[in-house]
Amino acid sequence: MLHRVFIIFWICFFAAVPARADPALDRQIIHVLNRITLGPTAEAVAHVKAIGIDRYVDEQLDPASLPEPTALTDRLAALDTQELSAAQLFAKYGPQPSETMASAKPTQEMIDARIKRAESILEQARAARVYRALYSPRQLQEAMVDFWFNHFNVNAYNGFDMLWVGNFENEAIRPHVLGKFRDLLLATAQHPAMLYYLDNQDSTAPGSPSAARLFSDINENYARELMELHTLGVDGGYTQKDVDTLAMILTGWGFNYDALTTGSGSAFAFIASRHDPSPKVFLGHTIAPGGEEQGIAAIDILAKSPATAHHIAFELAQYFVADKPAAALVDRLAAEFLATGGDIKAVMKALLTSTEFRDSAGQKYKTPYQYVLSAVRATGSKIKSPTPFLGTMAQLGMPLYLCPTPDGYKNTQDAWLSPDAMTTRTNFAVLVGGGALLNYVPPDEQEARIVAASAAPDARPITVSAKALQTLLDPILTDHTRAAIAQSPAAMKAALILGSPDFMRR
Amino acid sequence: MLRRDFVRLAGGAALGAIASPVLGPIWAARADGPPARLIVVMLRGAVDGLNVVVPYAEAAYYEARSTIAIQRPGTDNGALDLDGHFGLHPALQPLMAMWNDEKLAFIHAAGSPDPSRSHFDAQLFMENGTPGRSTTPDGWMDRLLAALPGPRSPTEAVSVGPTLPYIFKGPVAVANLPLGPKAAAPMVIDRPEIASAFDKLYDGNDKQSEAYRQGRAARTQLVADMSSEEQRMADNGAPPAEGFPGIAARLARLVSQDKHVRLAFVSLGGWDTHARQGNDKGQLAGRLKALGEGLVALQQSLGQDWSDTVLAVISEFGRTVHENGNGGTDHGHGNVIWVMGGPVKGGKVYGQWPGLAAAQLYQQRDLAVTTDFRHPLANIVEKHLRLDDKALAKIFPDMPSARGDFTDILAG
Repeated sequence: MLHRVFIIFWICFFAAVPARADPALDRQIIHVLNRITLGPTAEAVAHVKAIGIDRYVDEQLDPASLPEPTALTDRLAALDTQELSAAQLFAKYGPQPSETMASAKPTQEMIDARIKRAESILEQARAARVYRALYSPRQLQEAMVDFWFNHFNVNAYNGFDMLWVGNFENEAIRPHVLGKFRDLLLATAQHPAMLYYLDNQDSTAPGSPSAARLFSDINENYARELMELHTLGVDGGYTQKDVDTLAMILTGWGFNYDALTTGSGSAFAFIASRHDPSPKVFLGHTIAPGGEEQGIAAIDILAKSPATAHHIAFELAQYFVADKPAAALVDRLAAEFLATGGDIKAVMKALLTSTEFRDSAGQKYKTPYQYVLSAVRATGSKIKSPTPFLGTMAQLGMPLYLCPTPDGYKNTQDAWLSPDAMTTRTNFAVLVGGGALLNYVPPDEQEARIVAASAAPDARPITVSAKALQTLLDPILTDHTRAAIAQSPAAMKAALILGSPDFMRR
Repeated sequence: MLRRDFVRLAGGAALGAIASPVLGPIWAARADGPPARLIVVMLRGAVDGLNVVVPYAEAAYYEARSTIAIQRPGTDNGALDLDGHFGLHPALQPLMAMWNDEKLAFIHAAGSPDPSRSHFDAQLFMENGTPGRSTTPDGWMDRLLAALPGPRSPTEAVSVGPTLPYIFKGPVAVANLPLGPKAAAPMVIDRPEIASAFDKLYDGNDKQSEAYRQGRAARTQLVADMSSEEQRMADNGAPPAEGFPGIAARLARLVSQDKHVRLAFVSLGGWDTHARQGNDKGQLAGRLKALGEGLVALQQSLGQDWSDTVLAVISEFGRTVHENGNGGTDHGHGNVIWVMGGPVKGGKVYGQWPGLAAAQLYQQRDLAVTTDFRHPLANIVEKHLRLDDKALAKIFPDMPSARGDFTDILAG
């Protein structure tokens, strides 16, 4: 295959054929779109051809310069809970004062009604994520949201996090995905979704003025994962003593109860009466006596650590380049991370302009999230509901916002390639290729309201053109796939392209 | 003692009486099938083993756990006495029949020689079977599958769920099946004209093609097994069971219908109880209740096949002896392994109990490990699946030969 491409390349070169017939370039364009977007579209390919790969990458590294079309902003505007702050979400949709009074125990109906309301917030958060991933021109930003959300994973089925998971993404993750790592880390550390999920909200210095009953001592859950998963990495050189010390440093990082009750103000508060202000030695650094600034100092130590730089560099290279990225690439990215004070955009620029990235086409197996969304994007259709696509992600073991463990969803072939995955993916390809899922309108009244308000008011049924799909994806189809498609009945061709081994890779 | 002997004798007599008409054909069917099977249930997130098999005779246990301890047997909703020293969490009451039949055993203070308190490292070590070495490229159950003699079948090993766990990673292909309530519902991909078009795409030797073909074969088998007359009758009028009890019953049905299944794996999450884990009631109790009910559903659905099935419940590490400041427990070290099934010499808590006094704890905070988790598993592989030392050395390379006080948990 490669050989054939080369021959064609050289023939083109010597014959001085105009640039438009350049299969190697076509293939590279699909490669770049496969990696830094949620999947190639005909529109994106035309755009990259017009401005060139380098300019396209620069454009994507500066998402603020790319305006979101009204077709997307109209859809998002209909999702009203997306605009609420974490405190507002809790005040409006959390347990009501009438429920928490000891004298009046809530009835099961009250609790069920509240959970149903909270579920509507989760559904809106999911719709927003899917719409942005499908239709935002800021595609690298959306890929980075997927990456960083999993890096700082919280689980929507963990208590109050059902209220906050969308807010966590919008306020703690999305603004920083190409910013400074330290800001991203601090934003996640102080978001109520993280404080709740990893129990730091409960952690209390023993003997502190507010220590009592179920808030009587430290909880090491967040401190451990903060080092193991978010920063240093499991081999980053910390000990159990560092875990205990960091948990003590972070005592008092919790909820602002007034804000949660009234719905105004920041949901985060530093609660001095639960904090241990004594001086500490953390990872060999002395931390002076103090309050919240002790935690900020610890975050700064972690964000600047070479172990963190290496850990983040490895994860970015694994997500964007290869399951087992070359050590030389990881080292260069880690050096860039340290040299720029953890500037994620600079690290990404180094990654996306590396030869390792350029030469890695097809090395990644798409996650369920990437596979499902890329299929919709390839058809170029404006879906009527995100529900069947979210359902397929769940069926494939990757329900959106529901990874139960703090390590987030993996993005390697080992994690996702399985016999059942192939059955489910090919089945999904048939349902998309035939248009069934693209035209799905949910019967549920609540969701119908979201859809009616947010979907394009186009009532015509969506059909998928196998010819257009084949033109778009031809650069990455193997001869074997082309032959199988050629032999198949016309009605099956679109399904076979979307269900091909080539389309499951990126 | 007398009662147990009586039960055993009565059971034996009953089996003898029906052996010729009923067991005859089953044994005949197994002549070309498996003599024995192993099911592994992994509790991801580190279950609090000290509240599963409770050392109620130790004062230190109650001193360390002022709000979450399970009370002594005989008290209201207290532990269910096992042997005068240990008691079972009351939510696991459904398992007591199995314990009394001596088909359920525990190995306490079991765990990994590696000290990691990372869930992800510790799970990896428990799945790759090489504690401390993360580069081992395959899982121990896949190496076990490779060592089992006989012709390969697409459903010889079954992993429950939409993804393949590390324990089954390796050169021998393993089928994974989601066994939710709609597992066998028709899919468009089942239609022959659609399937055959995809078959042409996936006729190569690459990993995706192999997985595709494995998936096709396993699904065909699943649909055939689950849609049988018997299945339709069993489900007649009754909604399919949800959660682990439902999955367990469907797994058992699959195993009973499909005599090729020799190894099965299922994992359950939600055991990482850092806050408000509860005691005889609450978060952990709720999860244990579903687990206990599921294990009994599995036993019952297996019917006669329970007699040659061994099931092990494992979890990556235990939790701190002391409860933390929020009515929960943090990451610890030693835990309890559960083993049940027809061939198990049960009704006993195995292993050397290290005690919970301050000086007896691992790093002054955790239950010490006195039994390497590989030893009970190796014991099952050797005695139940009848593999020799050479095979064992491949399944658990570098496993220390010294087993401490750990003795055989299987008959024979």
